[in-house]
Amino acid sequence: MVDTIRVKQGVTASAPSSPPKRRWWRRGSLPYVLLIPAILLELLIHIIPMLAGVGISFLQLTLFYLRNWRAAPFAGFSNYAVAVNFSSATGQALLHSFTVTIIYTLIVLAGAWLFGMAAAVLTQRAFRGRGAVRTLFLIPYALPVFASVITWNFMLQRDTGMVNQLLMSLHLVGSRPFWLIGQDSFWSLVIVQLWRTWPFAFLILTAGLQSIPADLYEAASLDGAGILGQVRHVTLPLIRPVNRVLLLVLFLWTFNDFSVPFTLFGSAPPSQADIISIHIYENSFVSWNFGTGSAMSVLLLLFLLLVTLVYLALGRRGARHA
Amino acid sequence: MRPTKLSTLACAAMLAAVPLAACGSSGSNSSSSAHPTLTYWASNQGTSLQDDQQVLAPQIAKFTKQTGIKVKVQVIPWTTLLNQITAATVSGKGPDVLNIGNTWSASLQATGAFLPFTSSVMNQIGGSSRFLAGSLSATGAVGKPPTAVPLYSTAYGLYYNKAEFAAAGISGPPVTWAEFVADAKKLTKNGHYGLTLEAGQIPENVHLAFELSQQQGGSFFDSAGKPTFDTPQNVAAIKQMIDFMQADKIANPGDAQYSKGTEALTDYATGKAAMVFWQTASGSLAKLGMKASNIGVAPLPLPSPMPSGGKKVTSMVAGINIAIMKDSKNLSAAEKFVKFMTSTPEQESLNHTYGSLPTVQAAYSDPAFNTPAVHTFRSILSTTAAPMPAVAAESQFETAVGTAIIHLYSSAATGKTVTSSMIGQALSQAQQQLGG
Repeated sequence: MVDTIRVKQGVTASAPSSPPKRRWWRRGSLPYVLLIPAILLELLIHIIPMLAGVGISFLQLTLFYLRNWRAAPFAGFSNYAVAVNFSSATGQALLHSFTVTIIYTLIVLAGAWLFGMAAAVLTQRAFRGRGAVRTLFLIPYALPVFASVITWNFMLQRDTGMVNQLLMSLHLVGSRPFWLIGQDSFWSLVIVQLWRTWPFAFLILTAGLQSIPADLYEAASLDGAGILGQVRHVTLPLIRPVNRVLLLVLFLWTFNDFSVPFTLFGSAPPSQADIISIHIYENSFVSWNFGTGSAMSVLLLLFLLLVTLVYLALGRRGARHA
Repeated sequence: MRPTKLSTLACAAMLAAVPLAACGSSGSNSSSSAHPTLTYWASNQGTSLQDDQQVLAPQIAKFTKQTGIKVKVQVIPWTTLLNQITAATVSGKGPDVLNIGNTWSASLQATGAFLPFTSSVMNQIGGSSRFLAGSLSATGAVGKPPTAVPLYSTAYGLYYNKAEFAAAGISGPPVTWAEFVADAKKLTKNGHYGLTLEAGQIPENVHLAFELSQQQGGSFFDSAGKPTFDTPQNVAAIKQMIDFMQADKIANPGDAQYSKGTEALTDYATGKAAMVFWQTASGSLAKLGMKASNIGVAPLPLPSPMPSGGKKVTSMVAGINIAIMKDSKNLSAAEKFVKFMTSTPEQESLNHTYGSLPTVQAAYSDPAFNTPAVHTFRSILSTTAAPMPAVAAESQFETAVGTAIIHLYSSAATGKTVTSSMIGQALSQAQQQLGG
């Protein structure tokens, strides 16, 4: 707001001396003109598809209308009613998928943060080969998703996979367990996602730690704080702003991630690992019912928006009290 | 500053959440010119995608030499073919010519994205009388011009390993399911199995379910085209499939993960299992290194006695059709390409390589199609094959029921007991997905 007022004042003050239009063009609107390409791209890539998605959720868009979806009949809120009717099979499946996704996200989030924090603290002080260790830690994040997850898929095969080969040769299991179907598939997904996600937490936390002045640690150690004490009283309070953003971003990424579960399980994931992004994909592309799929997406959007707003509001209150 | 940051992050959250809501894919669409380039989506007929590229390349070169039209071939695996076609339908952008599973014809016809083969289009490609009537029956809804023309014709058969049968003292292929299970049990020992199943794959599961359901007198759609998934006959058919793994223990639980559409066949070809239900596969089996003298083919067994209302169906009318996208900018070139692919020499060459059956009458004069296996499959097609339901919801039915069966196999493989009531519940859930 302040910027706008200043601009307006500038325009009025300089108006009498030269043609106002030209000056206005030169001075005031330049920032906005420079923003136009970004705004156009933003509209094109994000806002319009999003609104289209919301629009589709009110249509009865089945295969009969795929080619000309503008002709699809208006469905009102019936797609939403189907999705949230938890006594029906569709609603129940959505609720199940939602629960699985929440549990999976929380485990991955906690694990990624713990691993990332531990590794960041351990590599904070200079030692021989620190650069190499840091690089090694970042590899899972740097690899292309498909290439790394398909390797996990091979390793987790029941009859030919390396994991079972290893377990069998060490006599840790009596018969080959399934890793990609049944109850264990959930843990396979958690481990693979954790493996992929924690380096990002490590990267951000390392950057955060570097902004903490070293003399604070010196002061803490003079006061008799050990490593844990230093982490608790110096590191954690000072990287709180970093953590706030990091946890939110990790939550959203993990909750929404499609590539990892899809590459690991294909389009028919086991129900124990029926992550919501794939569930919606199945409902849209596989069942060819884009209306219901979009309604589910919009519900997901509202949920994530709510989580984000509550989280940020809580964070703000916490910051004020501190 | 606070509210700005808050709203920025909230926006970021929204943006992170949304791409799911609206995504699509675009294909290529070549512009029209004197020598246009066609894009052709071929289905995976050989042992691998590369194998298909190699088989098709010389034929395409022949076509380019004859007509000057270049063709860019993309081989699409079965696991994603229907999906990619759907995306192409939505976006209006995709290949010019493509292969479709013949059972999807009625569904894809309903989208209106394909060029109908009206009599004038048919004349362009040589007339409909060239094709076998049976193959032409699976090209779309009754009473409408076909949405595609048949390219490869196949049927399901019971492939058995003659050498393993002889070693176990079994004189010939089983005729009833009771004999089948008894034989398979004899052949199951020391990590070798009597049967192998592509149990993690949608089409294989749903085709077998359809055939067994027909034998039980069941049906997945009523005469009005409404889904009737959870009938006792359909439950019994799927119970029979699951029991191969769960109760009879004649199939490896690991089969529940076989989803690529080639793994069960490979197990059969490499001697890990003695029997497999498969569509015409002599070409693939030769490439996988199986000795021709060991390959035996027979119709699928039947129940004895037949249940009341049961039909003597041992196969669906299987096959691959070739279709043209209506939005193609190179319609006349596309028609020429379809004419080429369905021409007698191409039918002889391609079907011989893949081990499938020609869809045009004239090709059968080739001695390559005068083998016992071809005779068995032709007799199955003409006497005990039934077409899959020709309703618009067919592809949704395949996906919903096929996925349900994958999950049931997974449960059985991981030690849960799959009961008839679980199957009934899974089927009614699948039916709900179709909104029925």
